[in-house]
Amino acid sequence: MAATLPLSSRFNTNMERSAPASRWRSAPWGDTAFALLAHAAAALTLALLAAIIGSLLVGAAPAIRAYGLSFLWRSEWDPVKDSYGGLVMIYGTLATSLIALLIAVPVSFGIALFLTELSPGWLKRPLGIAVELLAAVPSIVYGMWGLLVFGPILSTYVQTPLQALLGGVPYLGALVSGPPVGIGILSASIILAIMVIPFIASVMRDVFDVTPQTLKESAYALGSTTWEVVYKVVLPYTKTGVIGGVMLGLGRALGETMAVTFVIGNTNQINSLSLFEAANSISSALANEFAEAGQGLHQASLIYLGLVLFFITFVVLALSKLLLSRLKKNEGSRT
Amino acid sequence: MSALTRDASRIAHHRRRKRINAFALVLSLAAMAFGMFWLVWILFETARLGLGGIALATFTQMTPPPQADAGGLANAIFGSLMMVGLATLLGTPIGVMAGVYLAEYGQKGWLGSTTRFINDIMLSAPSIVIGLFIYSVVIRTTESMLSLIPNALREAAYALGAPKWRVVMSITLRSAWAGVMTGILLAVARIAGETAPLLFTALSNQFWISSLGQPMASLPVTIFKFAMSPYENWQKLAWAGVFIITMGVLLLNILARVLFRDKH
Repeated sequence: MAATLPLSSRFNTNMERSAPASRWRSAPWGDTAFALLAHAAAALTLALLAAIIGSLLVGAAPAIRAYGLSFLWRSEWDPVKDSYGGLVMIYGTLATSLIALLIAVPVSFGIALFLTELSPGWLKRPLGIAVELLAAVPSIVYGMWGLLVFGPILSTYVQTPLQALLGGVPYLGALVSGPPVGIGILSASIILAIMVIPFIASVMRDVFDVTPQTLKESAYALGSTTWEVVYKVVLPYTKTGVIGGVMLGLGRALGETMAVTFVIGNTNQINSLSLFEAANSISSALANEFAEAGQGLHQASLIYLGLVLFFITFVVLALSKLLLSRLKKNEGSRT
Repeated sequence: MSALTRDASRIAHHRRRKRINAFALVLSLAAMAFGMFWLVWILFETARLGLGGIALATFTQMTPPPQADAGGLANAIFGSLMMVGLATLLGTPIGVMAGVYLAEYGQKGWLGSTTRFINDIMLSAPSIVIGLFIYSVVIRTTESMLSLIPNALREAAYALGAPKWRVVMSITLRSAWAGVMTGILLAVARIAGETAPLLFTALSNQFWISSLGQPMASLPVTIFKFAMSPYENWQKLAWAGVFIITMGVLLLNILARVLFRDKH
């Protein structure tokens, strides 16, 4: 009872002011109940997050006790000897995501530029929807397509010629050594790039649209070309938002599971730095091994990996949110 | 003489700027084409390989053992529909209520801003670690739709003496209905394709299930299992499944967009 009283008085301040007391007192319990319900739903989201982190911590406890932080740089993953370390998966996750970003960021920038500045008005909407549909395609479709259609093509038409071309060159040669089978870090990165392009592109398009029309028009009036307007006016104005969008894409790429599981090859060791080498990522290790892992250190180590991934993506996504919200604030102060 | 050379250099500079501009614009066009290229290619391959596997049997028969010549995806489709339906039933009320909270009550408070922050993060956090998060999408769209409802309408209702929950239910939510529905549809589309969490939680099953406590087949997990296998009949069914799921998800997305546009 004591808890409901301050709630109802807090949320009914409007009512008290606008309606006579007798009027709203006829249904105060309805208001209170509704406010409580809405409150509870919001609190439930937070509680769920806490529950997830809590259960991850409990599940990973044996592995955390056994290895501590050294888990992060141990490269051995051997269920037979019951000895585990996360370096291979962490490397695979970071490498594929970063290469994916290298491909996706320029392309997304181009798409956003096209959608905001170049495209004729009637094309904007259909193209925008098409890009968003690319984001809606379930990841398992990308995975299967990548494994059975894209992989073989990549292997014959890209990897084999590249190997022939760069085979003898120092450094570059090492990047393309290994079996050109169309499965491995490179193909996983390309698929990931295709999957995050729509996310980054739509954020970029939205923040580009935030730039005040007057700024752009003044630059055009001074004789700037379209490229100069985008590069010297729009981009500096929306810098934080663009970085936020890129981080959003990174968070997405880090956590992507199914598509990567199909094409990364799932090998728990780093044989060389080659881009063609099969590897593993945190999420695909989880997908592949979790169902088979018995109770004990194996399962705990997998959960530990999950915790690491959760932590990395949480930091990345939180950073991107902060940057994006800062853009919104700046925009408010300038207009 | 000096004026002439200055003119010439200015013209050269101008030409260079125009060249850079043209180059950048061509690259931008190429980027757009690049994006569209993958969409078209993936859809084309899915249709080409998937349509061949679609038959009446796909919808009526159970998932077959390896190398059998008959069989379909009936139990997987059923399992998927069931799980999506349940998740929608569970997630929608929570999502809509949390959205109402964010838009109506928690504009400023710490619970509001934390929830919004966490919710946005969960939207794109790794699903494999988390599980099914349908309501995140619902919360976000509900909130943004609700904040679109003009304050004047809301205040008019207050002025008439309606209690807050009536205002929310019969004015705000009703006006925002199209947007909320859009959110729900998008969420359904999203979870329909979600595979990773199901690998652990629902496991899989070759047959019909009799109770919700049993392992249940679902389209994405079945596709995953079948596509990774060396058996030809399984792979063919996997393509059929991919086709069904892609079409379903794309249809939901387009439906959601049409619904949204009609109301505005």
